[in-house]
Amino acid sequence: MSAITAETSTVYVPAPEALGAVLAPGARPPRPSALSASMTFGWRAMLKIKHVPEQLFDVTAFPIMMTLMFTYLFGGAIAGSTTEYLQFVLPGIMVMSVVMITMYTGVAVNSDIEKGVFDRFRTLPIWRPSTMVGYLLGDMLRYTLASTVILTVGLILGFRPAGGPAGVIAGIALLVGFSFAFSWIWTMFGLMLRSEKSVMGVSMLVLFPLTFLSNVFVSPETMPGFLQAFVGVNPVAHLVAAVRSLMAGTPDNGEITWVLTSGALLIVIFGALTMRLYNRK
Amino acid sequence: MRESEKTGLAIEASGLVKAFGGNRAVDGLDLRVPAGTVYGVLGPNGAGKTTAVKMLATLLRPDGGEARIFGRDVIREPDAVRGLVSLTGQYASVDEDMTGWENLVLLGRLLGHRKPAARDRAAQLLEAFGLTDAGARQVKTYSGGMRRRLDIAASILNTPDVLFLDEPTTGLDPRSRNQVWDIVRIVVAHGTTVLLTTQYLDEADRLAGRIAVIDHGRLIAEGTPGQLKASVGAGSVHVRLRDPSQRSEAELLLAKELNAPVLLDADPSALTARVPGDGADHVAAEQASRALAELAAAGIAVSDFSLGQPSLDEVFLALTDRPAEKTAA
Repeated sequence: MSAITAETSTVYVPAPEALGAVLAPGARPPRPSALSASMTFGWRAMLKIKHVPEQLFDVTAFPIMMTLMFTYLFGGAIAGSTTEYLQFVLPGIMVMSVVMITMYTGVAVNSDIEKGVFDRFRTLPIWRPSTMVGYLLGDMLRYTLASTVILTVGLILGFRPAGGPAGVIAGIALLVGFSFAFSWIWTMFGLMLRSEKSVMGVSMLVLFPLTFLSNVFVSPETMPGFLQAFVGVNPVAHLVAAVRSLMAGTPDNGEITWVLTSGALLIVIFGALTMRLYNRK
Repeated sequence: MRESEKTGLAIEASGLVKAFGGNRAVDGLDLRVPAGTVYGVLGPNGAGKTTAVKMLATLLRPDGGEARIFGRDVIREPDAVRGLVSLTGQYASVDEDMTGWENLVLLGRLLGHRKPAARDRAAQLLEAFGLTDAGARQVKTYSGGMRRRLDIAASILNTPDVLFLDEPTTGLDPRSRNQVWDIVRIVVAHGTTVLLTTQYLDEADRLAGRIAVIDHGRLIAEGTPGQLKASVGAGSVHVRLRDPSQRSEAELLLAKELNAPVLLDADPSALTARVPGDGADHVAAEQASRALAELAAAGIAVSDFSLGQPSLDEVFLALTDRPAEKTAA
C-alpha cells in the first residue's frame, strides 16, 4: 500500500488547466432542501455501515441472544410453557432490544463530533439539524433490522401474532418511529458528555430502569403500588402495550396516542437541546 | 455577479474576541483582507490562528467585536456567510471511513448538486487533484499529502469566494507542501480569496500578498512580506572563525559594518549577526558580503559562513521581546 501511495504522489503535479477547469465558477445550485440534506446524511450513515459492517453485530447477535435468553429463562415459570409465554413476551423483547440499541446513536455522535469533518458540515449552508437527522435515519435502518431479526427468531420459536402481517408491520413501524424520537436524548448526551464511556454510562442508567421496570416480562398487577405508578408513566411501558396490541390485532388507540404524543414531545424537547449544543460546539 | 468578482475587502474583522474560560484565545483582533489575494496569518502554536479562522467561518461565535465576509456579518447572517466560504481545517475535514469519491459526492449533494452532477463533479475533482486511482479507497489509507489534496478538493467543490486554509502544510513532506502551494496559487488566480494560517514565515512569504503576525490573540504586525522582513532585518549572517581567539575582534567589526547587534553563539568560534537590510534579499546579501570582506581585510580568517532568512523565531523575538528595535528599524 505504501508503494501505491508513494507512486501516486510522485506522479501528481498540480496542472493549472485541469484545476482551472474545476475552478471555473459555474452557477451554484440552490441549497438542498431540509429533506434532501437529511437524506444525504442518511446515505453517509449507510456508507459507514457498508465500510464497517461489524457495527451491525449489536442489531443482529444481541437481539437473538435477548430473545432466546428471556423466552427460555422465564417461559416455564411465568406462563407454564415457552410457546405461550412467547406470544406475550416477544413484542416486549422487541421493544426492549430496540430501545436499548438507541444508545449507540449517542456513542456514534460522541466519537464523530470531534473529527474534522464536522467542522466542514457546520460551515455548509444547509438545514442545521440535517446532520443529526441523518444519523437517526441510518439508525432507523438498524432498528428495523433488529426488529426483523427478533421477529424471525420469534416465528421460528412459535410466535403466531393474531394481528397478521399488517399488525406486525404496524407494530414495528410504531416502534421504529418512537425510537427515532427517543434517540434525540442520546444525540443530546453524545454532544454534551466528554467521552464515549460516559455516554454509555448515562445510557445504561436511563435504559435499565425504563426497560426492566415495565410490562415487558410480566403484567404490572403483581407489582407494589409505587412500581405500578412508575410503570404507568414509563413511556417504554406504553410503547410495549401499544406494540403488543397492534401485533395481537386489537389496536389500543389510547396507548398508541400516548406513544405518538410522547414521541412528539421527545423530538421537540431533546431535538431543541441537541441543536443548541450542536450550534455551540 | 459573484462576490469574488467584486473588488474591495473580502474579510473585515475588528476587535474580535474569543475567550475559553479565563484564556483569551483571540483578544481584540483586527484583520482587513483584500479580495482576490492570498493573505497569510502567521503565528506560533496557541497564537489564536485557528480560533480566529473558526470565528470567521461561523464555527465559533465571537464574544466581542465583529467580522464581515464580503459585507455579510458572521454573527447576524451566518447562513449567507456559509454560502461564501469554505474551510480546510487543521485536521483533515474529510470522513476517514469513507472513500475519496464518496466524500466528494456527499459534499456535492450537500451543496445542492443533483446526483449525476455531484458524481461528475467528484470524478472531475479527483482527476484534477491526481486522486482518480485512490478514489475508491477509504481516506484512512491515504498519505498525508493525498488527504490534504482531497481536503482542498472538497473545499473548492463549489468554488468558494473565500477559502480558509488552516495550516495546510503542517506535517507534510516537502513535495506535498510544494503541491499545496501550487494549488493555492492556481486557486487564487481564479478569483478566490485565500486566508492561510501558518507557522512558517517561508510559506507566508512565498504565497501571501500580505501577512498578519499574531501572538496571544493580538495582531502584532501587518504588511507585505517585504515590509515585515524589513522590520525584522532581512536575515542573519552566521560566521565561523578559524581562530576562536579573534572572535571579539570580529564581533566589533561586524557590529560596526552591519550596524546591528551581534550574538555570540555557544560555539566559541561562531557568531551570528542580524542583517538589517530593507527587506530585499539582495540588499542583505550585499551587506553581508561587504561585512565578510571587512573581516578578510582585517586578517580574520573565516572557515564557514551562511546567510539565512529570518526565521519565525527571529520575527517573534524582534516583534515581541524587543519592541525598541522594531521602532528603531
